[in-house]
Amino acid sequence: MQPLPKATPPTQVFHVQGLSKTYRSNSIEVLALREVDFSAAAGEFVVILGPSGSGKSTFLNIIGGLDSATSGDAWFLDHQITKLSETGLTQYRREHVGFIFQFYNLVPSLTALENVQLVTDIARSPMKAAEALELVGLAERMDHFPAELSGGEQQRVAIARAIAKRPEVLLCDEPTGALDSKTGVQVLEALLKVNAEIGATTLVITHNAAIQDIADRVVHFGNGRIVREQRNAKRKPVTSISW
Amino acid sequence: MRALNRKLLRDLRRMWAQSLAIALVMAAGAATLILGIGAHDSLSTTRAAYYEANRFADLFADVTRAPKQVVREIAALDGVAEVTPRIVKIALVDLPGMVEPAAVQLVSLPASGHATLNEVYLRSGNRPQAGHNLQALVSAEFAAAHFLTAGDWLSVLLNGRRTNIKITGTALSPEFIYLLGPGDLMPDPKHFGVVWMPEAALAASFDLDGAFSNLAVKLQAGADPQKVMDAIDVRLKRYGGTGSYGRKDQISHAFLDAELMQLRAMSRVLPPIFLLVSAFLVNMTLTRLIALEREQIGLLKAIGYGRREIALHYIGFVTLIALAGILIGFVAGAWLGRGMAELYARFFNFPFLVFSRDPSIYAIAAGVTLMAAIAGALRAVVQASSLAPAVAMSPPAPPRYQKLFNGSINFNRFIRTSSIITSRHLFHWPWRTASGILGTALAVAILVGSLWAHGAIEYMIDVSFQKAERQDASLHFTERRPISALYDARHLPGVLRAEPFRTVAAKVRLGQRERRVAIVGKPSDVELSRALDVEERPLVLPPRGLVISDTLAGILHARIGDGVELELMEGAQETLTIPVTGIATGYFGLGAMMDLASLNHLLGEGPSISGVNVAIDENKSSALFAALRETPLASFIVLQKRSVKRFRETAAQNITIMSTVYISLAAIIAFGVVYNCARISLSEQGREMASLRVLGFTRAEVSSLLVMELAVMVVLALPLGWAIGYAIGWLVVHGFASELYRVPLVIGKDVYAYASLVVLAAASVSALVVRRRIDRLDMIAVLKTRE
Ligand SMILES: Nc1ncnc2c1ncn2[C@@H]1O[C@H](COP(=O)(O)OP(=O)(O)OP(=O)(O)O)[C@@H](O)[C@H]1O
Ligand SMILES: [Mg+2]
Repeated sequence: MQPLPKATPPTQVFHVQGLSKTYRSNSIEVLALREVDFSAAAGEFVVILGPSGSGKSTFLNIIGGLDSATSGDAWFLDHQITKLSETGLTQYRREHVGFIFQFYNLVPSLTALENVQLVTDIARSPMKAAEALELVGLAERMDHFPAELSGGEQQRVAIARAIAKRPEVLLCDEPTGALDSKTGVQVLEALLKVNAEIGATTLVITHNAAIQDIADRVVHFGNGRIVREQRNAKRKPVTSISW
Repeated sequence: MRALNRKLLRDLRRMWAQSLAIALVMAAGAATLILGIGAHDSLSTTRAAYYEANRFADLFADVTRAPKQVVREIAALDGVAEVTPRIVKIALVDLPGMVEPAAVQLVSLPASGHATLNEVYLRSGNRPQAGHNLQALVSAEFAAAHFLTAGDWLSVLLNGRRTNIKITGTALSPEFIYLLGPGDLMPDPKHFGVVWMPEAALAASFDLDGAFSNLAVKLQAGADPQKVMDAIDVRLKRYGGTGSYGRKDQISHAFLDAELMQLRAMSRVLPPIFLLVSAFLVNMTLTRLIALEREQIGLLKAIGYGRREIALHYIGFVTLIALAGILIGFVAGAWLGRGMAELYARFFNFPFLVFSRDPSIYAIAAGVTLMAAIAGALRAVVQASSLAPAVAMSPPAPPRYQKLFNGSINFNRFIRTSSIITSRHLFHWPWRTASGILGTALAVAILVGSLWAHGAIEYMIDVSFQKAERQDASLHFTERRPISALYDARHLPGVLRAEPFRTVAAKVRLGQRERRVAIVGKPSDVELSRALDVEERPLVLPPRGLVISDTLAGILHARIGDGVELELMEGAQETLTIPVTGIATGYFGLGAMMDLASLNHLLGEGPSISGVNVAIDENKSSALFAALRETPLASFIVLQKRSVKRFRETAAQNITIMSTVYISLAAIIAFGVVYNCARISLSEQGREMASLRVLGFTRAEVSSLLVMELAVMVVLALPLGWAIGYAIGWLVVHGFASELYRVPLVIGKDVYAYASLVVLAAASVSALVVRRRIDRLDMIAVLKTRE
């Protein structure tokens, strides 16, 4: 990656300015993001809320280096994500970003441990795969295949996989979307623990308003824009929430 | 091991059946390549080594009787390295218990101590002792066929005189690697062999003291053979020289050349077919696998795997399949190669067989197979590696199927609905459907392109021996005789009909093109040995002019009415221009015929003949053969009926072996293609099928969806396969046609039917295998999984 001139204060992990995204399929144009401005500080835990189709996933994908913007700028520390080439994006994802998705996205033919190893194989200074699984409380289920794990367990494997590389940022798209309240809480506990222990800036998309209470900050998306932001003066412990 | 590699191995294990089916097709490609190139190399290296070790000559010449002084003259010619004069004759032999006559080629052995060309290779026993003239070596195959060993006696009609000769050993020679009796179609060691005798004995018997009848010549490196041949011809003309000739006209060498040409043709036709089909299979299987793994690919990209790593992952998958195929192909190729070597050992008399294990053949086979696999994978791999991670994460939009027939027909019966599903599915993946059809068609084509040979050979036999050469036997005289010999022949016991012929060695020339042929003179009213026109109707030899076979006409580019130059090597030895007055059908050799009287006239000789064709009363054949042994009339006798029988048997044996190979190869292709198509289809339609089962459709109804799809594919493949098979047949005919023989391209309906049945059977087996999977379809599991 090209070292780029510092343009943002170092405490800002993400700095986004006028980010827009237009999807074109055939003759139909969808404005998924309209000039979004956003920043996040190191170690911050941000919850993103908003109606379906409001552009949350699009936003997360772009700042995670999975998708490209149509216009605007996005910075990760001193790297301008929006200017990175395909290889640059791959390296960005490989070294700095941990992803967690709604549908776990584990490789079915690999065991829990091996799914985590997928990341430790290529990361620069990863923790041990087993260690990451221990962190999410799955030490005993290491050798199980995804099909042999419950949804919550699978999602915790996905978290272990995301954190094993000690990422600077953890991007979660509806991580509890497919889970019931109890398992969802377990997963959130794991996320918070990781956020606290490795200090990763964490962005969590959710439809679940109850979750917003555990965040440092809540960002509301609507129609491709950030419509409202609020800072929680006091974060509730995970165990106190349910849905 | 890296986790990604572990995924690769597990994917392979999960898809082992499909992978194996593909690997087998690749193996067939690698094996046929190894077999083709390997056998070719083995044969040509063996031949070269044998020629080198036993000093096979470059040029040959026959004369009636030439004094030995000429040898020195010829040895002094520019370009000649070495000359070996010999006495070469044909004689009948008497073998206890054999009714039919057998003949041997007599070849003189020079007095011991002399180095010679065409050195014999002693198989067993010893050479004749010095001073013992009535001792001989016999060719090993002939000895084996008659259980003759050193110490046994052989009764030979030396120039009409029965002589008992003691066998001292058995031998081989580079000039008789493929030993064909005169007029025979296949080697027949029971009826034809070689006897090597001291020169003195033959010289005495054939009145050739201080003379020779055959010359073997070794050229100096870089010598111009044509110049040397011309120089030799000039010197031998007055001794009855019939024209020197090179290796290409030496029977044994020419047959080996023909075999080498066939092997080359084989390695150019078969392996590409297999490699093409395996590329198809890799492509369709990998495309499907990648479609199924979109999300996994997206995930890998999301966590930081790059394009290259994804591409290498899938290339690795294909490479492992290819390696399995290559390995199987190596083993199969080596095994088939050994079988081929055994087949060679049966037809070709080599003292040793250098089976080429040149690693470069294996390297080529491996490289080509791998390349085909990767070429097949390329499109799918590029697709996979360029999937945008965000897009890959979301499941693909359900394929948009095309509405057929505008939906205007009311499909209220399952069978109708299912045929709609089938055809939509086939149309939705036009490339895959096309590959499947072409792949299956190639299986049909391999069969059509190889199995027709049996019928074609029967056709050849029918035309050549039921319609053209209808005589039971041809008696070849030791030398030219007056026409009265015909009447002697007619009075032999059991002879129903006798017709004379005269053969004369000649060169036929048109422009730059020239061939050595034997001109056969026959009376115009023959019933037995007839010429056929190109429509296979009997052709009456016109009183003037030359009738040439279509093969010769093709070589010379001669048409009826063209004047060809005819150089007669006997009699007046004139060179004259003569019109081509007819073209005759012929499958064996190069033929030229003319009216007997006009041939004798050209030769400037009175009515004389070199033999008679006879029709025999079968019941009296033994009396006839006995009489022929007693009278010094014929030096050898061609028994057409037996020759055909032998031809048929040997050809049938070879064809059985080759058909087994081809049927297995075609079955591998058919199974591989149909099985892979079926599995891919099942993976795509599994959900649909499970849903139908949930809705209450029976197993049979549900699996008929898939079976119908396969059936449509196979049925469409059949006519295409027939057409491609015909084209392969055409290529084979043109690749195999030599001046020794050509095979007519006649493909009977039975061949098409048989090929179709074999492929249908292989397809049915793979459909049944997949059907068992449908029967065991776990409805709940299928519906629960996210596609
Ligand atoms: N690949 C695409 N092609 C076209 N339009 C797209 C594509 N991806 C997203 N969109 C559109 O962009 C808009 C924003 O989508 P996005 O996935 O970001 O919404 P979201 O807020 O994550 O919704 P949800 O809560 O349902 O996941 C939507 O209108 C969606 O239809
Ligand atoms: Mg979303």
